[in-house]
Amino acid sequence: MAIDVRIPTILRQYTGGAKQVEAKGDSLGALIDDLDATHPGLKGRLVTDEGTLHRFVNVYVNDEDVRFTGALDTTLSDGDEVTILPAVAGG
Amino acid sequence: MRYGSLVEAVGNTPLVGLPTLSPSDDVRLWAKLEDRNPTGSLKDRAAIWMVQQAEKDGLLHPGSTILEPTSGNTGISLAMVARLRGYHLICVLPENTSAERRMLLEMYGATIIPSPAAGGSNQAVAMAKELVAEHPDWVMLYQYGNPAAARAHYETTGPEVLRDCPTVTHFVAGLGTTGTLMGAGRYLREHKPDVQIVAAEPRYGELVYGLRNIDEGFVPELYDPSVLTTRYSVGARDALRRTRQLIESEGIFAGISTGAILQAALGVADKVPAGQRADIVFLVCDGGWKYLSTGAYAGTLEDAEQALEGQLWA
Repeated sequence: MAIDVRIPTILRQYTGGAKQVEAKGDSLGALIDDLDATHPGLKGRLVTDEGTLHRFVNVYVNDEDVRFTGALDTTLSDGDEVTILPAVAGG
Repeated sequence: MRYGSLVEAVGNTPLVGLPTLSPSDDVRLWAKLEDRNPTGSLKDRAAIWMVQQAEKDGLLHPGSTILEPTSGNTGISLAMVARLRGYHLICVLPENTSAERRMLLEMYGATIIPSPAAGGSNQAVAMAKELVAEHPDWVMLYQYGNPAAARAHYETTGPEVLRDCPTVTHFVAGLGTTGTLMGAGRYLREHKPDVQIVAAEPRYGELVYGLRNIDEGFVPELYDPSVLTTRYSVGARDALRRTRQLIESEGIFAGISTGAILQAALGVADKVPAGQRADIVFLVCDGGWKYLSTGAYAGTLEDAEQALEGQLWA
C-alpha cells in the first residue's frame, strides 16, 4: 500500500529535495515510522518526544486535519494523500 | 433599515439559500453574505469590536496610532473606523496581497509598512510585534489574540445564524485568525450542542510556507481546537473552482476564500448520512471585487491557479 506524502520546503533536506515521496502504513503513525526509515531524521521534526505531533506541524489526510481524525492513529487506505505543512498565520 | 452612522450598520447580514448547489431537499446550504458589511467584509465585525473595547479600556484617544498586522480585510475595516474616530492606522501588510487591498487602505488614509512576500502573514505578525515594542505609544489591537475579535462573533454572528436558521446543523467558516470560528462556534455550541463547527483554511503556494525553521510556526493565541469539529485545508484550485460555481449556479460573486469555505461545506454535506436532514450555514467572507486584478476570475482554472501562486488569496 503506497501513499503519496507531500513534503513542505522546510523539510525537503530530509527527502533529498523531493516535493513528494511515497510511504507505507495503515495509520499515520506507521506511515511516519516508514518515512523515517527511508528519510532518517524526518520523524524527529514531526513528532515530539512525548509522541504527539509537533505544535507547529499540521498534517492533513485528503485535506482533513488529522488532529480531528485521531492524530497519529488516523487510519490510512490506499490512494489517500497526506500533506505536511508548517503552521503559519492567516488573516 | 436606518442607522445613525456607517459603523452602526455592521452585521445583520442576509442568509440566503443555495437552491442549485444544495445536494438535496434534505441537505441544504445557506450562505451568510458578509460582503454586505460597511467595508465589504466579515472583518468589520472584529475591527469595530476591537476598537470599541480599546476605547472602553482607555487605550485609544483622538490622534492615537493603531498598528495592525493584516493581509487586508481587517486593515480595511480598521482604516474605516480609524478615519471616523480620528485615529491614525499603520498596517503591516505582506507584499503578496492584491493591489486593490493596498489601494483601499491608502484611500482610507492608512500607512502601509510592507512585509516580505516569502514570510507571509507570519512575518507581518513578527514585524508588527517588533514595531510596537519600539513604539510603546502605538496601540496594537492584534486580531490574532484579542478576545474582542472573537467576542464580536459570539455576540453577533453566532446569534444571527441561530435566529435566521434555528435548525442549523453545521457552521462552516474560514480559519485565519480563528476569531470567527471561536466566537460564533462557542455561541452555537452553547445553544445547539450537536452543531458541527467546521474550519476551512486556505492552503497557499509554497512560497508562503517558506519558514527557515519549524519553530517559527504560528498558532493564533485565540485558537482553541476544542471548539471545532473538524478542519479542512483547501488549495487554490478547489477554492477557485467553487468560487466560480457560486457565480454560475447561484449568482453570488464572492472572494476566493469563500470558495475554499464552500469546498469544506460541500465536503461535510457529503458526509451527512442518507435520510438525515442538514442545514449547513457558511460564511461569504467578502465579495470578489478586491481580487479582480489577481486573474482569479478570468481564463481557465489552470491560468487562474497559476496567477495565484505565491499570493495570499484569502
